[in-house]
Amino acid sequence: MTSRIGVITFPGTLDDRDTQRAVRVAGAEAVPLWHRDKDLKQVDAVVLPGGFSYGDYLRAGAISRFSPVMESVIEQAKAGMPVLGICNGFQVLTESHLLPGAMLRNNHLHFICRDQKLRVENAETSWTVDYTSGQEISVPLKNIDGRYVADARTLDMLEAEGRVAFRYLDGNPNGSLRDIAGITNEAGNVVGLMPHPEHAVEPLIGTGRTDGLGFFTSILKKLVNA
Amino acid sequence: MTLDTVKHAAETPDTDQPWAELGLKQDEYQRIREILGRRPTGAELAMYSVMWSEHCSYKSSKVHLKQFGEKAPENDAMLVGIGENAGVVDVGQGYAVTFKVESHNHPSYIEPYQGAATGVGGIVRDILAMGARPVAVVDPLRFGAADHPDTKRVLPGVVAGIGGYGNCLGLPNIGGEVVFDACYQGNPLVNAGCIGVMKHEDIHLAKASGAGNKVILYGARTGGDGIGGVSVLASETFDDSKPTKRPAVQVGDPFQEKLLIECTLEIFKEDLVDGIQDLGGAGLSCATSELASAGSGGMRVELDTVPLRDSSLSPEEILMSESQERMCAIVEPGKVDRFLEICEKWDVIATVIGEVTDGSQLEIFWHGEQIVDVPPRTVAHEGPVYERPYARPDWQDALQADDAAKLARPANAEELRAQVLRLVASPNQASKAWITDQYDRFVQGNTVLAQPEDAGMVRIDADSNLGVALATDGNGRYAKLDPYTGAQLALAEAYRNVAASGAKPLAVSDCLNFGSPEDPAVMWQFAEATRGLADACQTLGTPVTGGNVSLYNQTGEVAIHPTPVVAVLGVIDDVNRRTPIAFAEEGQLVYLLGDTREELGGSAWSQVVHDHLGGLPPKVDLERERLLAEVLISASRDGMIDAAHDLSDGGLIQALVESCLRGGKGARLVVPDGLDPFVLLFSESAGRAVVAVPRSEELRFTDMCGARGLPATRIGVIDGAEIDVQGQFSIPLSELKESHEATIPGLIA
Repeated sequence: MTSRIGVITFPGTLDDRDTQRAVRVAGAEAVPLWHRDKDLKQVDAVVLPGGFSYGDYLRAGAISRFSPVMESVIEQAKAGMPVLGICNGFQVLTESHLLPGAMLRNNHLHFICRDQKLRVENAETSWTVDYTSGQEISVPLKNIDGRYVADARTLDMLEAEGRVAFRYLDGNPNGSLRDIAGITNEAGNVVGLMPHPEHAVEPLIGTGRTDGLGFFTSILKKLVNA
Repeated sequence: MTLDTVKHAAETPDTDQPWAELGLKQDEYQRIREILGRRPTGAELAMYSVMWSEHCSYKSSKVHLKQFGEKAPENDAMLVGIGENAGVVDVGQGYAVTFKVESHNHPSYIEPYQGAATGVGGIVRDILAMGARPVAVVDPLRFGAADHPDTKRVLPGVVAGIGGYGNCLGLPNIGGEVVFDACYQGNPLVNAGCIGVMKHEDIHLAKASGAGNKVILYGARTGGDGIGGVSVLASETFDDSKPTKRPAVQVGDPFQEKLLIECTLEIFKEDLVDGIQDLGGAGLSCATSELASAGSGGMRVELDTVPLRDSSLSPEEILMSESQERMCAIVEPGKVDRFLEICEKWDVIATVIGEVTDGSQLEIFWHGEQIVDVPPRTVAHEGPVYERPYARPDWQDALQADDAAKLARPANAEELRAQVLRLVASPNQASKAWITDQYDRFVQGNTVLAQPEDAGMVRIDADSNLGVALATDGNGRYAKLDPYTGAQLALAEAYRNVAASGAKPLAVSDCLNFGSPEDPAVMWQFAEATRGLADACQTLGTPVTGGNVSLYNQTGEVAIHPTPVVAVLGVIDDVNRRTPIAFAEEGQLVYLLGDTREELGGSAWSQVVHDHLGGLPPKVDLERERLLAEVLISASRDGMIDAAHDLSDGGLIQALVESCLRGGKGARLVVPDGLDPFVLLFSESAGRAVVAVPRSEELRFTDMCGARGLPATRIGVIDGAEIDVQGQFSIPLSELKESHEATIPGLIA
């Protein structure tokens, strides 16, 4: 039996179907999860996809974190279930306090959509074991509220504990502190990042690279070996 | 204030009514009185005024637009034609594709962000209403001079509005254009196109049939925004002496629209609607009258049940409001509960506001009292039709006689080099990445090609790799010199762009942007352009499936260049065979396809170097366009070419620079015998493309071109890190890149 990976749809989620496809391309079963439903349908891991959940009203991710499904996600994540937050999903994870810090409006104040080079800084999380530490990958970036910020103590702690999972290369696209593109929690099961690996899983689509597929093969490897 | 009921109207025939303020002409008001046999109520007057506006009724353009039907080529692919929310074509494998381009020009000048945002929202709902999932958007844009201070107000607002709305809907933005010209200073053109995909059996139409079926209004609450948007705003010339028109601009909420899309698709999936119409221009007036008019019976609506944002709105205002993110569905009584349940799931407000009757009238009530009693066809489909006078303007001859051939040309290779750099750095030819990088082109995970490619392309079936391509083009400078040819060139370019991407051109949508129809010179431009486009569509076998006319794009006496924007949809069996523009492989051969003549009228070179517009536009040879397209498609299918780029404004050098920068490789080029280097590089002869041919395919490719009779000239090889025109000049890619990419951020950011 293959691994079951849940993909949550909030009202305003955009990349849920793309993420389900990426999960399938990697060889896992994609299980749609609905924001009003506390039931996680016995999935092995959960992805919070990108988009503008609840229209990003109030603050990106601020309303979603109070949805019924997130109660279960927060509980399970604390118990060790792998959770990946992409873009708006990352924002939900910081709002949920599963990951530290917050995202502010990009320093240039514009939405930006481009192919973004990243360095994988931590290849030991549940979502990165198929990469090597220091590996450079390119995946699409697309957001307007993508500037990662945290206080200096938190940033120092993240660095010291190897919890900066991804860093921007060849130009910081939004003013994120210390070029941080994504981080992990202490246990390595919860990972959040602003760029979109689910848009880089097929050679012909999007940027023409498959550099993002590793996220989804990583979790499969992790789950199968668990 | 007493309610102006039907009864009251019959009793008070002499009441003064504000028909002029609502944009109606005296004879139009008289006709309404004749139709009804009494004076209209306030609510009826509101409905007629918006539905008989230029924007909704096409009263000035109708007599010309009918050519698109009369001259429509035989085409088995056409499933739904002109007249519905959008045309639908068969693309094979059981899939149908619907697409359309619309304008949101006037609102975008007044309030750039909201104007552009709601333009996206409106076209997306049109596509949704056909039963399709929207899968991509494109935005053809025209602004005033790039260095004009007001362009710095309008452009960033429009771009942020398109991005802010479209990105939030999860629709990849895969194409469009950005053009600057002083003629658009007070009248920017903000056109928006959308593609939707469905299975044949999912096609829905805007009609209300079956007495007893319920009329359900769902989506956003109705507010006071956009009242009279179509009649007051889009159907009049801007004039400084009148009060500002900001209240007529709608305000969008893309989050609500996203919910509306998902909710509606789920409703379609369970086959819960009989007929459906989106609410756009003219709001409820349009939706109720069009649904009833196209259906079999009448309709009764209880207007006081409409959910409101502002409880003080009058019935007239509710009927005219253009509040966004609303749809109107006709639902069998037994399916209403399930319909409402799905709306509840998506947090979408849905209200039964009326029902289909077995009568013939559209009847609207306000707290039990009747305020509308009209034959719906007279509102929706039998509005006034004008045969506006038109005449070739007296300046046209002088304009055409002012030949661009006499303009001073570069005297030596050094000047030629300098002019190449000026051209690629000019606002119209420069990279638009600063703009298009504000749009999400990746969402939905099916984008195969996006700007700056020749055409946008999305995969529509992940198993079979079936895909569709869309290109939009229009050159107002060409159309000003000769509207008939200009419209044909717009079609030819979009057709060529689609073919260059490897897709087979299938059908056309258009957005016809012109000045005031009350000016005979403008009306002549319109008549010529529609005739040209209809003739060319007939020859190329690509029918017009629908579109939009935007008139009154003028400030005072000065009209914009006639700007027909043409969108061509194409289909490709396997997106793996798509052809990008990038020159990416060193050693591949560069071939120029087609004939290069000395054609500089309306060219980018004449604009950039001489600020000149005169002479005649390039000649159109539609048979050549068809042949070129066939060769490009065959070469793509059989793997004979790795890159292709159409030649249009800026000519060969512009295409080469774009292909080289895109692929990060240079090119060594030789000027063929008998051709002047300047003409080779800058002429804008139509029917041409450059392609990159792997050496292993050269013979096969040239044999094919030879056999089919398409001129193919080897002009160079992909090589190095510069564009080197032998014996003339050489420019490093880094210098070209800097010139090409710095312009727009420098002017706008």
